[in-house]
Amino acid sequence: MSATVETIRQVEEATGKYKYGFVTDIEVDKAPKGLSEDTVRLISAKKNEPEWMLEWRLKAYRHWLTMEEPDWAKLNYPPIDYQDIYYYAAPKQADGPKSLDEVDPELLRTYEKLGIPLREQEMLAGVAVDAVFDSVSVATTFREKLFEAGVIFCPISEAIQDYPELVKEYIGSVVPQGDNYFAALNSAVFTDGSFVYIPKGVRCPMELSTYFRINEQNTGQFERTLIIADEESYVSYLEGCTAPQRDENQLHAAVVELVTMHDAEIKYSTVQNWYPGDENGKGGIYNFVTKRGACRGDRSKISWTQVETGSAITWKYPSCILQGADSVGEFYSVAVTNNAQQADTGTKMIHIGPRTRSTIIAKGIAAGKSDSTYRGLVRMMPGAEGGRNFTQCDSLLVGNKCGAHTVPYIVSRNPSARIEHEATTSRISEDQLFYCLQRGMTQEDAVSLIVNGFCKEVMKELPMEFAVEAQKLIGISLEGSVG
Amino acid sequence: MSLIEIRDLHASVGDTEILKGISLTINRGEVHAIMGPNGSGKSTLSYVLAGRDGYEVTGGDILLDGVSILEMEADERARAGMFLAFQYPVELPGVGGMSFLRGAVNARRREEGEDEIDHLEFVKMVRGKAGELGIKDEMLKRAVNVGFSGGEKKRYEILQLALLEPAFAILDETDSGLDVDALRIVSEGVNALRSDAIGMLVITHYQRLLDHIVPDFVHILADGKILKSGDKNLALEVEKSGYSNFTDAA
Ligand SMILES: Nc1ncnc2c1ncn2[C@@H]1O[C@H](COP(=O)(O)OP(=O)(O)O)[C@@H](O)[C@H]1O
Ligand SMILES: [Mg+2]
Repeated sequence: MSATVETIRQVEEATGKYKYGFVTDIEVDKAPKGLSEDTVRLISAKKNEPEWMLEWRLKAYRHWLTMEEPDWAKLNYPPIDYQDIYYYAAPKQADGPKSLDEVDPELLRTYEKLGIPLREQEMLAGVAVDAVFDSVSVATTFREKLFEAGVIFCPISEAIQDYPELVKEYIGSVVPQGDNYFAALNSAVFTDGSFVYIPKGVRCPMELSTYFRINEQNTGQFERTLIIADEESYVSYLEGCTAPQRDENQLHAAVVELVTMHDAEIKYSTVQNWYPGDENGKGGIYNFVTKRGACRGDRSKISWTQVETGSAITWKYPSCILQGADSVGEFYSVAVTNNAQQADTGTKMIHIGPRTRSTIIAKGIAAGKSDSTYRGLVRMMPGAEGGRNFTQCDSLLVGNKCGAHTVPYIVSRNPSARIEHEATTSRISEDQLFYCLQRGMTQEDAVSLIVNGFCKEVMKELPMEFAVEAQKLIGISLEGSVG
Repeated sequence: MSLIEIRDLHASVGDTEILKGISLTINRGEVHAIMGPNGSGKSTLSYVLAGRDGYEVTGGDILLDGVSILEMEADERARAGMFLAFQYPVELPGVGGMSFLRGAVNARRREEGEDEIDHLEFVKMVRGKAGELGIKDEMLKRAVNVGFSGGEKKRYEILQLALLEPAFAILDETDSGLDVDALRIVSEGVNALRSDAIGMLVITHYQRLLDHIVPDFVHILADGKILKSGDKNLALEVEKSGYSNFTDAA
């Protein structure tokens, strides 16, 4: 029996109400457009998920039906027709380009500028991996090393099969299914993502990167990541890459959940460079992401660092729930918008435990006719005795058709808590540009240098090798924005 | 052929004409000084030569090695060998000194088809030249010009001059803000760079600088025009009787 037929049989068994109309579509490995319970059941069945996972998804789906798309962000985009989207397509194996010769030269030029080695270019461009890239051995050595340390790092679909107890305990424990419209959608239809578990006392021997999780593709649209750092453990996780990522799916709604136990630390770094669309934003990705970490244990720490340069629309607020006493939350962000891009991004720091501390450094750079908004919430709960927050939001405007906005919400229920907020808005001055030009730098290099200087405090939080590429990326994102 | 030839140069900012017909020829190996009261157009001349946006040439021409540079952007002129030590060096918050200097040096090397400079070799070179100018290592690690004293900023300009080895250098009031010792160190730095390969235009308000950097020619600028040219003795004359002698005569 072929795998497809087998799947259909399982779906029929599992649901008893499988619609016949699906069958032919399943053979092409793509569910029809639109979202229904059937779609959710199909995805779950395709992934051979246990019953509890299906029920979990269905609960999310049913909740989603009762919700409304949020409209409070400072974002403008045409209404999304959720019935006009494909929610399941089997991972494509071999229909990528066969070699770099078949790849869009524009894309290659950008790789070149970023200084990405050839083999990695091939991987990023989606050149059929087994044809050129010795991925298997890379992935294998990588996995062996982690296995020795007791670290689990695998696709979440695999974790659901192999570590169901862990997944069951933690999935949705930081971002519940009904948390918000996009998180509910993700919970119903997520396709894949990463799962990480760092056992007690282990310092993860290497930086974990989605980049190396090459055994699946096509998971970008509704990605779901869950990272658990057990007591006294540490992990640094890198998401995304600096090379421009194209995706035929316009709507992206990812969920990331982090959990730290006593004395554990997770450092989560993102470079987001999804296709921003043409200069009018046409064809760009809509990125609606829910990222949240729970510092459950005392003295635990979660640190978010993000460099956001891509997407037509960014809606993203990586947050920390500081439950454990003396726990620490950090948010370092650079958001670059150019042309018609819109970004509404920031963080939430929820101080629950005593002496919890948080730091927010957000740098927004707006160029072209783009719009950049920082939206942040700092909440001191009654138990946050001696809690402290420091927030610094700086906006840099390039040109005069763009906009930058800062929307801080501050709520303090504990009189001993201290909250400090600083905000600035500035422009690249003509003096600064001329000074650099006079030293022989091109306009583009000058802008890149000045902007990277402006972002310095955030960039230094990025892992070294990421930082170098991210610096170049910021320059490239602003190309053509001056003069 | 002359290094720089300025021919009846007129330039405006907005609707205001500031340079009103300046002619000046500078050859390699020569140091020319321009002296003039505040507001006479000295900095404007330096900006126009360097190709700053917003400074419009309304008449005349500027030739570098016999070729008009009016159509060249500021960065192209810089890579062609023009250097301006700013009267008011600009702060670049967060921009590390070393990466800024390396960016400047590499921009020029790329233009000349050379490879980017080796990192270690560069650090060594910068430290060496910085030491000669009394610039401390610690200053090189800071962001460009941020938190520098007036004197430190000026030394930093001369360090860049030394690193970039231009064919034509303009020094705009490099002496202002320097105490006696700093003035001596900076002047020694500049004098060490004098050679047959470079022409210099030294702008100053005071004669004092010209005791240290002795010019071959001195020009008095007032109200956007050169009123008088002479040798170094002209500077002494200014020192004695002030600018009003010249401006009143005009
Ligand atoms: N950006 C500008 N806009 C308008 N006027 C200017 C500008 N820059 C300089 N000026 C005017 O041009 C004249 C010459 O200025 P400047 O070249 O700075 O003189 P100096 O360097 O000799 O002191 C002054 O009257 C000054 O006010
Ligand atoms: Mg001046």
